[in-house]
Amino acid sequence: MEAMLQPVADLFGPAWPLVWTLVKIIAIIAPLMICVAYLTLAERKVIGYMQVRIGPNRVGPKGLLQPIADGVKLLLKEIVIPSGSSKGLFIVGPILALAPSLVAWAVVPFDDGLVLADVNAGLLFLLAVTSLEVYGVVVAGWASNSKYPFLGSMRAAAQMVSYEVSMGFALICVLLISASLNLSDIVVSQSSGRFADMGLGFLSWNWLPLLPMFVVYLISGIAETNRAPFDVVEGEAEVVAGHMVEYSGMTFALFFLAEYANMILVSILTSVLFLGGWLSPFGFLPDGFHWLALKTAAILFIFLWVRATFPRFRYDHIMRLGWKVFIPVTLVWVVVVAVWMMSPLSIWS
Amino acid sequence: MEFKTFVFYFLAVILVFAALRVITARNPVHAALYLVLAFFNASGIWLLLQAEFLAITLVMVYVGAVMVLFLFVVMMLDINLDRLRQGFWSYLPVGSLIGVLMAVEMAMVLGGRYFGLDAMPAPPDPQAGYSNTRELGRVLYTDYVYPFELASLVLLVAMVAAVALTLRKRKGTKYINPSEQVAVKREGRVELVKMPAEKD
Repeated sequence: MEAMLQPVADLFGPAWPLVWTLVKIIAIIAPLMICVAYLTLAERKVIGYMQVRIGPNRVGPKGLLQPIADGVKLLLKEIVIPSGSSKGLFIVGPILALAPSLVAWAVVPFDDGLVLADVNAGLLFLLAVTSLEVYGVVVAGWASNSKYPFLGSMRAAAQMVSYEVSMGFALICVLLISASLNLSDIVVSQSSGRFADMGLGFLSWNWLPLLPMFVVYLISGIAETNRAPFDVVEGEAEVVAGHMVEYSGMTFALFFLAEYANMILVSILTSVLFLGGWLSPFGFLPDGFHWLALKTAAILFIFLWVRATFPRFRYDHIMRLGWKVFIPVTLVWVVVVAVWMMSPLSIWS
Repeated sequence: MEFKTFVFYFLAVILVFAALRVITARNPVHAALYLVLAFFNASGIWLLLQAEFLAITLVMVYVGAVMVLFLFVVMMLDINLDRLRQGFWSYLPVGSLIGVLMAVEMAMVLGGRYFGLDAMPAPPDPQAGYSNTRELGRVLYTDYVYPFELASLVLLVAMVAAVALTLRKRKGTKYINPSEQVAVKREGRVELVKMPAEKD
């Protein structure tokens, strides 16, 4: 690979590292955007079949071109900026919503050594970047200068800050047992253990010893991305569409992209942190990126499944679940894991 | 100019601009957002110093949590600028004293060689594989464990005090208890009554 690229590298001279990084970024973002587009179709199809409908089937064979048609439609629509809005922030809002959900992909390891930025503090970086996602919603809600967006953004701020705490504690458990903040190291640390020696790798992954944290992380992830049943931020019956009420065309599409990119991000992170990333579940099968893709797809399916199954939580129930259930559970489990690690029964040595 | 120097000046210029806008912006929400920008650039400068743990924690704690709550409050307030200006002259002496103190401190840091600051050598260049996080954790939980525990205790007390100060129970509210609601069973809500069919 290096030798093959040498002529191209010579062409760009000293700017080559920059160009090469840009190429890698595009190699991550472009497939991601396609995944986002087809996730919307998958969502409509899956929910359709769960509700005994067929879902979109008109545009292209079996409705496969539907996301493209939607994208073109949103691109061509006029962007309406309300006259009473804070214009600069009104445009900045959607950008702030999408940017963190793309930035976080920099540290996601796709395979052994296949990562854009192999930083030591990867997990911390992720925590920091995902905590920025709330700004897009809050800024958009405020800049719209309208009641429903404002209420929606207030809800978003409270909800995302609350669930970040329990998410953070779940991640602390993960970094405790893998003794590293580097995401690749976290995956590698899941490849050894008693069950992995028996060829049953999937029992050595973090989800089993950290089962409560796995559940908390997944549910907090759904709450962080403001997905059903935690989508009070944009609950139609209460606040119309929350922060997105005043947005149209491409600015609306950015919020949409951000939401789905975040869903994929949370799913891939759950796979990396708890389900062994690119590791294969059985000893006799080779590891590889396809396992990560499979695990991510399975968790994404759970996202859609949950949306089709559960009614929307009432707002105070969301707050209760976050503060009175998850935070005590995670706090206790951090101590339990720490004591377990120090005890003779420790399985991580 | 070295690339690193360029990055430093780039971040520093935005940082100073954002900090200025924090105190000059008329709209408090804009001021809070400029403060977010200032934090961001400060964390970038810390990254240049290879203090990645501190840099990321700055973003995580201040930008991700503190400023969100700040914005939350500021957005809800109806701030009247004329009312805020009222105490300007009476606060001026205290404010200028603090300003002068900060200016002196900055001058001492920047003109370090006149004050003997170079007696404190710069930290050695970190080796490859050096982890700022690990190093900080080791120092914090071994050499400085008592001051660290003390600081966290102070924070805990402050937290409890903040809750205690703002906690008040209003009487006669129709407050609903979600815990009880969640525990509700069908039997408690629905009663099936058998009625004979009415005939004429």
